[in-house]
Amino acid sequence: MISNLLASTATDASLPKSPPSNDTWMPIDASTFASHVDGLYDFLFWLSVVAALSIYGVMFYFIVKYRAKSREASEVGDDVSHHNTALEITWSVIPLLFCVGIFVSGFKGYVDLRTAPREALEIHAQGQKWKWLFTYPNGHVDSELHVPVDQDVRIIIQSVDVLHSLFIPAFRTKMDAVPGRYTDLWFRATKSGEFPVFCAEYCGTSHSDMIAKAVVHEPGGYDAWMEEIVARLDNMPPVELGKLMYDQQGCKTCHSVDGSTLVGPSWQGLWGKTRTFADGSSAVVDENYIRNSINDPMSQVVQGFAPSMPTYQGKLSDKQINGIIEYIKSLK
Amino acid sequence: MSSTATISPSDLGVIPSKAEENYLKHDKGILSWIFTLDHKRIGLMYLVSVLASFALGGFFALAIRAELFFPGPTLITHDQYNQAMTLHGAVMVFLVIIPGIPAALGNIILPLQLGAKDVAFPRLNLMSYHLWVLGALFFIASLVISAADTGWTFYVPYSTTTPTAVIPAAFGAFILGFSSIFTGLNFITTVHKLRPPGMTWFRLPLFVWALYSTAVIQVLATPVIGITLLMLIVERIVGLGIFDPALGGDPVLFQHFFWFYSHPAVYIMIVPAFGVVSEIIAVFSRKEIFGYKFIALSSVAIALLGFLVWGHHMFTSGQSVLAGTIFSAITFLIAIPTAIKIFNWVSTMYRGRIHLDTPMLYAIAFLWVFTIGGLTGIFLSTMSVDVHLHDTYFVVAHFHYVMMGGAITSFMGGLHYWWPKFIGRMYNEKLARIGAILVFIGLNVTFFPQFLLGTRGMPRRYYNYLPEFQELHQLSTIGAFTLGIGFVLTAIYLIQSVRKGPKAAANPWGGTTLEWQCESPPPYYNFHDTPEVNRGPYDGYQHLKFDKEIQGYVPAE
Repeated sequence: MISNLLASTATDASLPKSPPSNDTWMPIDASTFASHVDGLYDFLFWLSVVAALSIYGVMFYFIVKYRAKSREASEVGDDVSHHNTALEITWSVIPLLFCVGIFVSGFKGYVDLRTAPREALEIHAQGQKWKWLFTYPNGHVDSELHVPVDQDVRIIIQSVDVLHSLFIPAFRTKMDAVPGRYTDLWFRATKSGEFPVFCAEYCGTSHSDMIAKAVVHEPGGYDAWMEEIVARLDNMPPVELGKLMYDQQGCKTCHSVDGSTLVGPSWQGLWGKTRTFADGSSAVVDENYIRNSINDPMSQVVQGFAPSMPTYQGKLSDKQINGIIEYIKSLK
Repeated sequence: MSSTATISPSDLGVIPSKAEENYLKHDKGILSWIFTLDHKRIGLMYLVSVLASFALGGFFALAIRAELFFPGPTLITHDQYNQAMTLHGAVMVFLVIIPGIPAALGNIILPLQLGAKDVAFPRLNLMSYHLWVLGALFFIASLVISAADTGWTFYVPYSTTTPTAVIPAAFGAFILGFSSIFTGLNFITTVHKLRPPGMTWFRLPLFVWALYSTAVIQVLATPVIGITLLMLIVERIVGLGIFDPALGGDPVLFQHFFWFYSHPAVYIMIVPAFGVVSEIIAVFSRKEIFGYKFIALSSVAIALLGFLVWGHHMFTSGQSVLAGTIFSAITFLIAIPTAIKIFNWVSTMYRGRIHLDTPMLYAIAFLWVFTIGGLTGIFLSTMSVDVHLHDTYFVVAHFHYVMMGGAITSFMGGLHYWWPKFIGRMYNEKLARIGAILVFIGLNVTFFPQFLLGTRGMPRRYYNYLPEFQELHQLSTIGAFTLGIGFVLTAIYLIQSVRKGPKAAANPWGGTTLEWQCESPPPYYNFHDTPEVNRGPYDGYQHLKFDKEIQGYVPAE
């Protein structure tokens, strides 16, 4: 447990980190929505502060001023009216006016958030336990969301298993991923940099590790990144492809490569080991074992671990599975 | 309201019991409790059960907060955390807050405030309690088998696919629904049929109005969650395909069904709290409540409007913009009567004579935290702002300010206000005030930082989190343990008072509602002679004087 405590305070370099914000409450603003949302939030914040402090002020003034001396004195409140039409209309109408104004402003902003422009870069996002996969117009699939700055981007969202929700705080937007239907969101990034992407709808064991990175590129940077990654993928040695799949396909959410135990067994030193399963049988870790674990994980759950791994049947190509096998071999 | 000129002091005196034993001593033996038909004994059993559940739910809360002191795995695993999070929510909602004020406090106080000998259907009342116990046993069964990890919301398709024991938990909630419906039916009938001569609708105490409004929601909304959970169970067992998209169902439909109950359920939790606070503030300000009719009728209005806002939980679910807009607009409408109630309570204190005993401390704490809970609700009903805040810690903070800060704080206020009536003994006032202050501080330290966490983008139901959120999480955890200490202290002095507390007078606070004209603890049949009512519920403070000898109020000669 002590080692756990120490490990947890060390920062994980692979996790995204929010860049410092210049707003007191909100995270850094990196999309065109931020000015509306932050402005309205600030207005509501100060309105609440004034309203709350007024109520508290009056309340504590009354408590101090009209504090009873003692029970023995049997004092009673002054005989004042317990009804005052003018006062009651005033304190009903003023909040009502505020509410109408706030509603209209929120409505306008919401319509804007939900109405994607016709001409936008379209990227598909797929939520699954416990990772995001982004498919770009040229077919490239990546675990990171790369977008150009100052360009409209529409994300078409779907889920292959349970509900998820794509949440990018820096862009002030979020939308649920619902299995069986498409949802979408759009934004126009205003700052280049890296920002966290969360899953905001509870989805089970590793919900809180379903964190991705949004990378906003300077003008030209998006195309350059795309060219580079496509070229790299074409001639990648199997071990490197396996490492990439490990990072992208969500393997790393549950399996470490440094010997520490996460949700599932670590891959370090796994090759050639004998594993005992929940039903008492056992097997040696070889090519067939790994392939089977990926495609039908429930058939061989290692003793001491929860049966929580989703199947990857049909989601990984033979080339990709071979890559993962080679990568595990390399983790001595 | 009736003019005070017609009241004579003797109208406020204790109605003698004619030497009957009080309800605690009337019968002996465990069976005389388990099968009692007496509303006070049933209420007391509810109270003990609800408080035990509160301890269980609180234990899960502390486990969650302790784990979150550091990011990454520390004390418990991913799955244990998700189970603790689910059970904390389910226990607190279904076993504590929903039955807390109506079934525990209300069961004892409602007939007393109506000058009645019992509720309308005593056997149904006992059945409600037995069903509550059965439902709670199913929750515990789920806990023992392999605790559900769905969150208290049971969202599909996660809840239809997870290997944990979802069925016992859902079936437990299904049974608890019947308990809640029966209590609601019972209370509606009681208010209609058992009012004493002279007690018109506008002479009902505000606590009765609140329980009445709550009962209407319980009867109308609870069947929906019952049938929804049943469909969920059938879906899990035979693959019905109503909600699961793999079978052609629609998971968003489940959310509509779920919130069609669970939003009104928010009012099942908070409207009774309004009733308790109205009673306490009037009595401890020694002054008639300001805007009686408004408070009474707005409870009914909130109860009914509450049926039309469920979609505000779903602004990011993919529901249409038009639907979201309508739900947002109606939600703003509900905010107005709620705000006005706060103004009414504060106005009641104006030129009163305020006593700061423990119940009043809780009522003031309620006004403080509920104001924050209400105002932050405005943020969330504003659609564009909600898109950012939805499913973050901002929401967690908001509903804890309302549920914990509103409902539990007022439950604690009511518990301390009526404790001398329930038990016939006083608790240690000094320790009680320390407890109230610890709870108030703990509550704010726990939940206020969570508004900031949510605004900065920290999603809810997270076992692990980015290091940038650590300081605020640690502050929140410190607050949670302060809360824990406050409640442990409360448990200690309350238990101690049962045996060692000084005897309580019939009317220790100088209340003018009928329960204070009953002895403490009440005789078995409450009132030997049915009282006649010729005044409003908060008329007549000037006719009561404090008698130091008995530490209670008696009619002024």
